[in-house]
Amino acid sequence: MAIRTLGEREELLRELARVAARVRYRVVEAIGRAGSGHPGGSLSVVDILVVLYFAHMRHTPTNPSWWARDRLVFSKGHGCPALYAVLAEAGYFDPEELATLRRFGSRLQGHPGMTGLPGLEVPAGSLGHGLSVGAGIALGLRLDSIPARVYVVLGDGELDEGQVWEAALFASHQRLSNLVAIVDANGFQLDGPTREILDTEPLLAKWEAFGWEGMEVDGHDHAALLEALEWAASSERAPRVIVARTVKGKGVSFMEGQGAWHGVAPKGEELEKALEELGRAMEVRGEGW
Amino acid sequence: MRDAYGETLAALGEEDPRLVVLDADLSSSTKTSVFARRFPERFFNCGIAEANMMDVAAGLALTGRTVFVSTFAIFTTKGWEQIRQVAAYARLPVKVVASHAGIQVGPDGGSHMCLEDLALMRAIPGMKVVCPADAVETASAVEALARTPGPAYLRMARSPSPVIFGPGYVFHLGRPEVLADGDEVALLATGLMVARALEAREILAEAGVSARVVNVSTVKPIDHNALLEAVAGVSAVVTAEEHSVLGGMGSAVVEVLAERMPIPVVRVGVRDRYGQSGEPEELFREYGLTAREVARAALEALERAGRKKGEEDPPGRGSPGD
Repeated sequence: MAIRTLGEREELLRELARVAARVRYRVVEAIGRAGSGHPGGSLSVVDILVVLYFAHMRHTPTNPSWWARDRLVFSKGHGCPALYAVLAEAGYFDPEELATLRRFGSRLQGHPGMTGLPGLEVPAGSLGHGLSVGAGIALGLRLDSIPARVYVVLGDGELDEGQVWEAALFASHQRLSNLVAIVDANGFQLDGPTREILDTEPLLAKWEAFGWEGMEVDGHDHAALLEALEWAASSERAPRVIVARTVKGKGVSFMEGQGAWHGVAPKGEELEKALEELGRAMEVRGEGW
Repeated sequence: MRDAYGETLAALGEEDPRLVVLDADLSSSTKTSVFARRFPERFFNCGIAEANMMDVAAGLALTGRTVFVSTFAIFTTKGWEQIRQVAAYARLPVKVVASHAGIQVGPDGGSHMCLEDLALMRAIPGMKVVCPADAVETASAVEALARTPGPAYLRMARSPSPVIFGPGYVFHLGRPEVLADGDEVALLATGLMVARALEAREILAEAGVSARVVNVSTVKPIDHNALLEAVAGVSAVVTAEEHSVLGGMGSAVVEVLAERMPIPVVRVGVRDRYGQSGEPEELFREYGLTAREVARAALEALERAGRKKGEEDPPGRGSPGD
């Protein structure tokens, strides 16, 4: 990313906070309207996606298939309301379309399908695929000498899948320094805390043992995420991983850290309360729309 | 077949500088090694990690490439969900070419004898499934699949195949083809069973029965009209495949015939069993996949066709699960 002055950086961080607040509101609104979906893991990944799309990746919403674009592979497909909201915010499509989430005929499938949605690179939903697909894209870009990078967003529950570790081995063996993995480590999977269901910790040590360079970061701290991404994008030898420690349901008080909100849509009063909280957060950021 | 695949792949690599090939530590057996030696920078050995390999293939295809992926047939099924979720869902040009399918794998035994691949691959939306009869058809089919958009699966045997086609033969995707004429019964075969069906035709001729042999090398999609034409005029049909009778070529054919032209059919194939160690010929005998068995099935089908409506069906050889 281009070098910024201190003032520019501060303004950028203020803008990221505003965008993230809007995205969170849109995510809960869309899931609430759909009546089903995965709010917990959508809200935990919002800041990661916002920093990627609004401050880090090279991409052009007006030309989604630009050959030199950085690619995002969203492997934790159930968190797609966050991806959809960020793509809409970034200008890939009209945010009005978020109202069609999970409906018949919608480009916004319950888990990302190949519906021609601008900005969506790969279908997802069954966990464990994204890192392999990302490695394949990174390999293809390297064969073509295209200096773009591939960012793969995974969940920590997803790391239960053996395929992720096949892909981790493959990527380091092929020295895919243009591949970055970001783990949205919110500590929960559907049936409970990942430490209780199938413990994948210590995460960083595992990735390092598989030949990756890694760092851990607060996955809701935009400045820290930005720095981590800049570090990850400067790799010359090995693939790099960012373990982003996040809070499931981040931004809605009664969802935060509650595994029960993995795959349940808020309804009625709960929805109203969630939107009220997220609406207030937007006002604090100095933004309505 | 495998040698033909390796050579064809290398030739295609010459024509298309973007073509890439993946293998899972079996390149010397699948013969992708021929391509690997010629184009080392476009060959990726993914190790014994088939699930990852299938999705890496999809990723490479997303960068605008045709990708050939090879391993043994049984191990492609470790990447079945990957093919289903990414390569096929996104309609990418990933061509899975599997070797060592069926029971003539021989001494390696049941774990290595894939008798379910045609069924599994056929069930994936948009997937093309091809099972060539000999080396010439393999080469032509590989070329055709490289030019066809979208995902595909091609099945090869381990054993050398008898020569059926001359060098000028051109494979047509989807079209069952009559190889030898006959007007009483049609023997529809795929893969190595095509040669056995041709032998069965001789056996039947000695018994005074005129049999037609049809090569069904494309298991999916099947051109319905071409299939109906290929069996037009006969009284009964036999299908023969070195695969389970559940879900393979026989099932595909029967589905079309049941809807469009009900006719007595007897399916020759493996009847809900695993393979086991042995020499290919003794295994073909054990699993009822000989020319004689195909001829016997033809007589059974004809007998059924000859019986008048309302007559009792004699007790068949009813096996479980078929």
